[in-house]
Amino acid sequence: MNTLVGSMLSQLVIAGSEASYWFPPQASTTAAEVDWVYYFIYWISVFFTVMIVSAGLYFMWRFRSKKTAGAAAAAHNTALEVTWTVVPGILCACIFYFGLTGYMDTHTPPDDAYVVNVTGVKWAWSFTYPDGTVSDTLHVPVHRPVRLVMTSEDVIHSLFIPAFRTKQDVVPGRYTEEWFEATETGEFTIFCAEFCGTKHSEMLSKVVVHPEGDFTKWLSAAGNIHERMSPVEAGELLVKQRGCMQCHSTDGSPSTGPSWKGIWGRGEKLADGSSVTVDENYIRSSIFQPQAQIVAGYGPVMPTFQGKLKDRDITAIIEYFKTLK
Amino acid sequence: MSSLDTTLGHGAPAHAEDNYLTHSHGWKSWLLTLDHKRIGVMYLCSTIASLFLGGFFALALRTELLTPGPTIAMIDHDMYNRMFTLHGAIMVFLFIIPAIPAGLGNFFVPVMLGAKDVAFPKLNLASYHLWIFGAVFFVTAMVHGGIDTGWTFYTPYSVTTPANGVIWATMGVFILGFSSIFTGLNFIVTIHKLRPEGMTWFRMPLFLWALYSTSVIQVLATPVLAITVLLLTVERTLHVGIFDPALGGDPVLFQHFFWFYSHPAVYIMILPGFGIISEIVSVHSRKHIFGYRFIAFSSLAIALLGFLVWGHHLFTSGQSQLASVIFSAISFAIAIPSAIKVFNWLATMYKSSLQLTTPMWYAFGFIVLFLIGGLTGLFLAALAVDIHLHDTYFVVAHFHYVMVGGTLLALFGGLYHWWPKMFGRMYNEFWGKVGAVLVTLGFNVTFFPQFVMGTRGMPRRYYSYLPEFQPLHVASTIGAYLLGFGILLAFVNLGVALFRGRKAPTNPWGGATLEWQCASPPPHDNFSVTPVAHDPYDFAHLKYDEKIDGYTSRRS
Repeated sequence: MNTLVGSMLSQLVIAGSEASYWFPPQASTTAAEVDWVYYFIYWISVFFTVMIVSAGLYFMWRFRSKKTAGAAAAAHNTALEVTWTVVPGILCACIFYFGLTGYMDTHTPPDDAYVVNVTGVKWAWSFTYPDGTVSDTLHVPVHRPVRLVMTSEDVIHSLFIPAFRTKQDVVPGRYTEEWFEATETGEFTIFCAEFCGTKHSEMLSKVVVHPEGDFTKWLSAAGNIHERMSPVEAGELLVKQRGCMQCHSTDGSPSTGPSWKGIWGRGEKLADGSSVTVDENYIRSSIFQPQAQIVAGYGPVMPTFQGKLKDRDITAIIEYFKTLK
Repeated sequence: MSSLDTTLGHGAPAHAEDNYLTHSHGWKSWLLTLDHKRIGVMYLCSTIASLFLGGFFALALRTELLTPGPTIAMIDHDMYNRMFTLHGAIMVFLFIIPAIPAGLGNFFVPVMLGAKDVAFPKLNLASYHLWIFGAVFFVTAMVHGGIDTGWTFYTPYSVTTPANGVIWATMGVFILGFSSIFTGLNFIVTIHKLRPEGMTWFRMPLFLWALYSTSVIQVLATPVLAITVLLLTVERTLHVGIFDPALGGDPVLFQHFFWFYSHPAVYIMILPGFGIISEIVSVHSRKHIFGYRFIAFSSLAIALLGFLVWGHHLFTSGQSQLASVIFSAISFAIAIPSAIKVFNWLATMYKSSLQLTTPMWYAFGFIVLFLIGGLTGLFLAALAVDIHLHDTYFVVAHFHYVMVGGTLLALFGGLYHWWPKMFGRMYNEFWGKVGAVLVTLGFNVTFFPQFVMGTRGMPRRYYSYLPEFQPLHVASTIGAYLLGFGILLAFVNLGVALFRGRKAPTNPWGGATLEWQCASPPPHDNFSVTPVAHDPYDFAHLKYDEKIDGYTSRRS
């Protein structure tokens, strides 16, 4: 199937890494096949649309009559009726077959695929690599199959990479998966495609496709942040990587959660009427038990990071907060 | 037939003053009426009011989408999410589903059968009262905490969202569901039991075949929706784990339940439209409908196959691959009966005595929009392609072509076709055609760019978007204003006809179905003597009479 489609492709469809009128760039091994099926249906549709619309317009002009004209003679033609039942039937069967084979190709990951775990949470993505490194953007090597094993912590999300022509819902309480093999290096947008609430339209990330060899360098660098960086730098990187910035600002503007500007040592009024001074323990407990002490005026929407951030990470984040004056 | 013949030959019946509109007076005579015609008119007014409310939200959404970030100060993320939810829910549950069956259907099913009323007039009134009651719940949801789940109420979002309107809205859906079931039940019994002498199943007008198929879906599918929203309410209020994984439930189960109703509901929306177009194309072409049995059976085939394709809404949900393959195959099967209808309408126009009236223009607009809507359905039924297009603007464009292109244009076509019968007044043909062109054009400018956006990867239900999509969004918004203006113009033209229109003859188009033997507007009892039905698409006996600007029958 792949070779057949491939040879037809090179003749029929402008394929490649540039965006076309209809499509974003083709940046995965399966993109060309999806686009081929799309264009197959597209040209069938163009043919029938032109044929039926022009026939309709022609009939309306050609057979327009005065009210005084008598009724037209009835007509029936069984052969014609059978034709326009059978021909669309055959075309539909062809489209079904091409759609099916394309689907099986895009849904059968090779055994040697590199596995990345994905977690969706309102409204950020987090990607965990086999060595435990976590990032908020997806980093992958080019020309290597990658399998994403995905789950959600709250509601249903959907991980959609248009340049790879792939999409899969990310469902709480179970794992779903999608796979791809990138063919182009560069950065491509990741969208959340399943409505998930207030900032659904900002649950964007990107996939960074590294040239061969560069990916392992990136991974070892990303994994050792506490060795490479000062605690302040590491703290800043952590809050960006873990999607905290989706709801907390550093410039004083309130969002889904309170701003961190001047947070250190600030007195906060809590939803239950009591008040608290922001110190090491309040920050720690707000990250691990976010619903315990909610600042007045904000909703109980933050997920817990218990088990996801280590003590050393919290210390770095506290050091970073101290610099946000 | 002799007593009937006196009214047939002359435009006005003997007692022109006594019709269903003037038969009794006062608001009680409307709100408590058992007359199917008055209930139909009330349904039309109510559903059209809903159309304007839903349309207002649509224009607000399109205006907000003029720029990639915030555009209107008042509309923030949450407000946008509430507005697209209300737009969808109001349009689907309060307008599209009831407008044609409960509005035009209520008025014309008994008249086309030569009957005095539907089989259960009181159930019919109860259905309308339930509609009002359900609509009140929707309005309550709007003011009581809002609702931001999308019209699909997907779990676990709908179970966990702080927006408090969810329970009100789902209860509204529950009540509206019963309204829909009552109407469907009534039509099934009416069509089975009240057909006149001579009207065998295959001499039934195709509008009745379409409504019969619709009613079967309403009666069989709607209870599933009722149970689903009830389970959702139980989970949200009593925290019984059904759909929310945090309580041990399964969120994808909700999608199966929801689409088990809501996919057949798509055919509740489009089948009555098919029926209207079959009537218009045949009557205004003054030629027997081509392939009567194929059209009738394709309605039934769509109604039955419609129950077996719900899984194509779940291709990316994580349902089993085998299930996706089977649902894809059945979805292609349902394309064929739809194609048959389009070809039959074209063949009816071929070598006809075609009248270029406003209903004919709407019928042609319907064929164009439904054709594009149907063909783009092929992209979405093809598994490999759907994975890319799912939950993008391509889907938004596709279902608007089918549901709005289908229902709205068919409704307008039907209103213009039957307005002279319903209210006894002719409308202005010139402005009618201008409206039809504006609606069709505005619709295409609004939604065609969305196919491009979706293919390029623009996901749906986005408050903000990447700047590269802005030109297409601006085009779409301009189209939306044009469409809104066209709709307004079409209704204003109908409204003006009520007061300034020329008196309508009994049979202005030369239709052969029984409603054209009834006076315009029909008397309270429709027919004093039950008429005898002949072939509903045999126009040979109808001749144009210049004196009354209508057609008279030479049959006696």
